[in-house]
Amino acid sequence: MRGLETVLADVPLLEGMDAGRLELLAGCASNVRFEPGEVLFREGDEANTFYVVRSGTIALETFVPARGGMTIETIDAGEVVGWSWLFPPYRWHFDARAVAQVRATAIDGACLRGKCDDDPALGYDLMRRFAQVMIERLQWTRLRLLDVYGRGDG
Amino acid sequence: MVILPTQLEALVGALRDRGYLVVGPTVRDGAIVYDELERGEDLPTGWTDSQDGGTYRLERRDDEARFGYAVGPHSWKSLLFPPRIRLWQARRGENGSLEVEEEPVDGPPLAFFGARSCELHAIAIQDRIFVGGRVVDRDYALRRENVFVVAVNCFEPGGTCFCVSMGTGPKVEFGYDLVLTELLDGEHRLLLEVGSEKGAEIVEELSTRVADQGDLDAAERAVDAARGKMGRHMEASDLHELLARNLEHPRWDDVAERCLTCGNCTLVCPTCFCSSVEEVTDLEGAHAERWREWDSCFTIDHSHIHGGAVRPSGRSRYRQWMTHKLGTWHDQFGTSGCVGCGRCITWCPVAIDITEEVAAIRSTEEGGDARA
Amino acid sequence: MAVATAEPLVPPGPMVPRSFVVRERARDTSDTWTLTLEALEGGSPSIGPGQFVMVYVFGIGEVPISVSGPPSRPGPVVLTVRAVGAVTEAICATEPGGMLGLRGPLGTTWPIAESRGADVVVVAGGIGLAPLRPVVLHALAHRPAFGEVVVLYGARTPGDLLYPAQLAEWSADVIVDAAEIGWHGKVGVVPRLIPDAAFDAATAVAFVCGPEIMMRFAIEALLERGLTPDRIHVSLERNMRCGLGHCGHCQLGPTLICRDGPVYPYDVARPWLEVREL
Repeated sequence: MRGLETVLADVPLLEGMDAGRLELLAGCASNVRFEPGEVLFREGDEANTFYVVRSGTIALETFVPARGGMTIETIDAGEVVGWSWLFPPYRWHFDARAVAQVRATAIDGACLRGKCDDDPALGYDLMRRFAQVMIERLQWTRLRLLDVYGRGDG
Repeated sequence: MVILPTQLEALVGALRDRGYLVVGPTVRDGAIVYDELERGEDLPTGWTDSQDGGTYRLERRDDEARFGYAVGPHSWKSLLFPPRIRLWQARRGENGSLEVEEEPVDGPPLAFFGARSCELHAIAIQDRIFVGGRVVDRDYALRRENVFVVAVNCFEPGGTCFCVSMGTGPKVEFGYDLVLTELLDGEHRLLLEVGSEKGAEIVEELSTRVADQGDLDAAERAVDAARGKMGRHMEASDLHELLARNLEHPRWDDVAERCLTCGNCTLVCPTCFCSSVEEVTDLEGAHAERWREWDSCFTIDHSHIHGGAVRPSGRSRYRQWMTHKLGTWHDQFGTSGCVGCGRCITWCPVAIDITEEVAAIRSTEEGGDARA
Repeated sequence: MAVATAEPLVPPGPMVPRSFVVRERARDTSDTWTLTLEALEGGSPSIGPGQFVMVYVFGIGEVPISVSGPPSRPGPVVLTVRAVGAVTEAICATEPGGMLGLRGPLGTTWPIAESRGADVVVVAGGIGLAPLRPVVLHALAHRPAFGEVVVLYGARTPGDLLYPAQLAEWSADVIVDAAEIGWHGKVGVVPRLIPDAAFDAATAVAFVCGPEIMMRFAIEALLERGLTPDRIHVSLERNMRCGLGHCGHCQLGPTLICRDGPVYPYDVARPWLEVREL
């Protein structure tokens, strides 16, 4: 468990988090590995985990009828996959698949939810950090919607 | 030396005899414009102009002064940098290659008769752009060489003149073959000074007398008087910095409400140099031409890229013109772009006054000095 | 005996295009082609990385195009052109053997030769990779002189990626705005590639080219990584007519892009890019 604290301390999402809380998170964490092509979770599954990617790339996918799986976004090392564990109904909205070999730290969201109920300050801290992740993703998505590579009026 | 006004006839004649196309001020369509002078009589004898924002009127003088007025809507740029010229013609060779024939510039050499100090500064400014950079503009260079300049010291500046503020006049300091100072105290005569060998040579054909101290003093008084009769004033020592730090000043919104983006200012300004190229072809596509014509930063098209204009608003286009003319011209070409001739003020249909705009920005600058 | 004297040869003025024949024409994407041209007469020009040429199609018009071929030695001129209007469509439609008129090379160059010893970071979006390709080629041709050579590139969709074979050779980090079926690479925006890219931010030099919005966010990410504005170079674009500093169209504040650019260090360009409608 000591090793995981050190790993978590380096994660951008958790930058500046005090040692006590990091220890708490480490208590809910474990190291995981996914082989290329391996599915982490599917749309509709219960969402009780979030992953901090330490190496490799994860593709968020959605299934398009008659076209198959389409990647909507890829997540790289240092980034976080999953916030559905924070909000009811606690179910995944997309599929996730390892693109290359992925090493990640998985944190038990269900366990954390309980701890947040007991300690709202912890809950606020985590919520704030995840809100930042979501805002960043939203900004990048908006940038993609601008279609900057488009032709203009041709 | 001194000549009588009638000798101007001989001077025009001598220039024409040497093959020059003499261009100078003449009255036409209610204004004093630049056109070919066939005779000294074509000069606007006894005329003066009354100029103000958006206003230009000719009025009769009570003397026979040949140069008793300021500048009109024309400038010498129409001759050195014509509004529309063909650059070259091309046809496809046998293997599809381009066979290009550049447009010859083989008209008669030009003589500018009556160029003012501000105008000589304007020509020098355009010289820097067209022949003073890394690439020389062929057409301008060909027209520019061999121009004969008969300059005139102003004694009757106009209501919109501010050459004193810009350090460009009223006294002619350079760029002339001959310079005249018209004297109306007592005998009507002109002080004539030579500025080049070409000038010295042509003066031999005129009937002249030696200037005495009285003539020299009168000339100095006339120019001094002109200095004191400027119609406008502009504090010009810090324009580059002032404008660079006020690109979002609310005054631009104020001007934008008045400016029609008609581009008159760019047409009459003696230093404005924007141009565009037009490709012309015949229906078979066997013959092509490239033409160059005047353009203006006030058009929407001027800043068009990728399906839109970088400067779509009138506000941004007026700001571009003024900050370029007075500010970024220094960065691009090492001098100011403005010579204080006042044409933009006179010929603006809504009387926007560049000196007033500068003063307004300066006096209401936030956190700046409260200079008048 | 009369000696025939030839009239002195006056070189054509700077507004006259030279004939260049198209040797090769290859389609890159649905709207982009790469043409290789050779001067019909006289030597081929030596073109610095980042420079551009004015390309003329007989009777139709002339546009500025960045050179995307091998840098700084005389040889065929390589142009990657996107068909977005009458002139560029005509350029892209010119078959081998066809003739185009060229003026140039014009403009300033990417300071790649001056960046020896540093890690080289190339950040490109869409057609912006074309003027940056000479930078990558130069760095790879002088490999020992540089540190890491990192290429970060994005386009709208996988079908819009330029030079896919070379991207693989360069081990480029590639990302698309929107995937297609069968795409197993990254999906997202180019700036997202920057936080984790393998270069030493303390000494790296970055060369950025693409749509202005993309450049803005990419530069933000580079600054966040610790690059200083003087070690980031951008290629800017404005309406261009003459390419010679005479027509006034390509002004951006105090600079003439055809004469003083298109390549600028970001510490110099930043104030201009911050004023809207400048």
